[in-house]
Amino acid sequence: MNVPENLKYTKDHEWLRIENNEAILGITDFAQAELGDIVFVEIETEGEKLEREEVFGTIEAVKTVSDMFMPVSGEVLEVNPKLEDNPDVINKDPYGDGWMIKISMDKPEELNNLLTADRYKELINA
Amino acid sequence: MINNKDTPFTIFHKELGARMISFAGFNMPIEYSGINNEHITVRERLGVFDVSHMGEFRIKGPHALEFVQRITTNDASLLFNGKVQYSCMPNGKGGIVDDLLVYRFNEETYLFIVNAANIEKDWNWCVTQAKEMGLKTGKDLINASDTMAQLAIQGPMAIKAMRKLTGYPVEDMEYYTFKEIEFAGIKDIIFSITGYTGAGGCEIYVKNENVSNLWQAILDAGEEFGIIPIGLAARDTLRLEMGFCLYGNDITEKTSPIEAGLGWITKFVDHKEFIDKEYFLKQKEEGVLRRLKGFEMLDRGIPRQHYEVVDIEGNLIGEVTSGTMSPMLKKGIGLAYLKKGFWQEDTEIFIRIRNKDLRARVVKPPFYKQ
Repeated sequence: MNVPENLKYTKDHEWLRIENNEAILGITDFAQAELGDIVFVEIETEGEKLEREEVFGTIEAVKTVSDMFMPVSGEVLEVNPKLEDNPDVINKDPYGDGWMIKISMDKPEELNNLLTADRYKELINA
Repeated sequence: MINNKDTPFTIFHKELGARMISFAGFNMPIEYSGINNEHITVRERLGVFDVSHMGEFRIKGPHALEFVQRITTNDASLLFNGKVQYSCMPNGKGGIVDDLLVYRFNEETYLFIVNAANIEKDWNWCVTQAKEMGLKTGKDLINASDTMAQLAIQGPMAIKAMRKLTGYPVEDMEYYTFKEIEFAGIKDIIFSITGYTGAGGCEIYVKNENVSNLWQAILDAGEEFGIIPIGLAARDTLRLEMGFCLYGNDITEKTSPIEAGLGWITKFVDHKEFIDKEYFLKQKEEGVLRRLKGFEMLDRGIPRQHYEVVDIEGNLIGEVTSGTMSPMLKKGIGLAYLKKGFWQEDTEIFIRIRNKDLRARVVKPPFYKQ
């Protein structure tokens, strides 16, 4: 299971790539494998300010629906435009082309709640 | 999963790296290579499913036909030796105990194929009914579920591939017929031109002790055609693309065959008395208040079981019983019970998905046409 060292992770199987006060967010390789073929992604919070742990969107595999939660408070600056027509890009490239949203972070101290790659590997027994 | 039963093929699923789940008390493969790939391979080529969890009851003796006629809705007197019939068992309260396949071997020997999740319930129901008719459990009525395995080989190339394993011209067999043949070196396999995918192919039944290398023999025979193993997840999307009912979702103890669009297997003929006949006849003559119908999404969204169906003003008019993204059509499809006045074809309805009412249209299944 691929868990890149340079990213931060959450218990909800999301990853964040942090640059200054912005973060790119997606779901992990483990998450996409568990979900199976992803067929629909609905994110309608672009431009909205959300609190940590609020739902920012929904991801649907053939058999399941899962909410996706904000790991940090902030504004949803951008949604990956590829997801509307090609949600399977998340299965193919979860840490690259399959990214989901770009966040502008309000509370940098919340980053302390995130997991390192090693801690996330422990969580998924990788 | 310690208390679950294995099928004779569970070891192969694990070897192949299938994602396993507990289903109806069995360790079953839900997915191998990915649900979309599995689904599309069955539509275009062929795949093999382990469906050994299904239940098998044998009905024997001089009262066998009378018993079958009494507890199922279809007209079993139309069966001939080697013929299969889709049917259902009413529960005496206007609902359905289970849907099933009825096989006729000869006038005194029938086989029921019932849903895995219902084996115990169906068996108890059959035993109760059999007693009233004087049939003896263990002699006239036998639960063979734990002794039989079943594989489904489905897809447009399935019969051609399986022909390699038998001397019998299975390509000449008619839909919904079966034959006991020698197959893959195993005597007395029941080879049945049936399935739950609408893609063509067959289902085969074999005694557990005779299974030997059957799984591998089928994979080897199908290799040149591109065979892959298929899990329960794709089995469900395949059946739903055809609009086939799934017990527990679309039909239950609380739905009648008339409401479910199964009037075509509910035969009101003078020579056949069956449980709930008068109740269903009344429903057929006077009409019902809701019906199971197919629908496709017009807006982007995936319907799911238990989602509400509403009209344009937001009034509740029904409930989704099965829904998915169709892997072939790439849009949301489903089955729903709809209130009278909303079930005509092309009626615009709305599926409430996460508090939004998304447009959908009533359509007549199959959703996918080959």
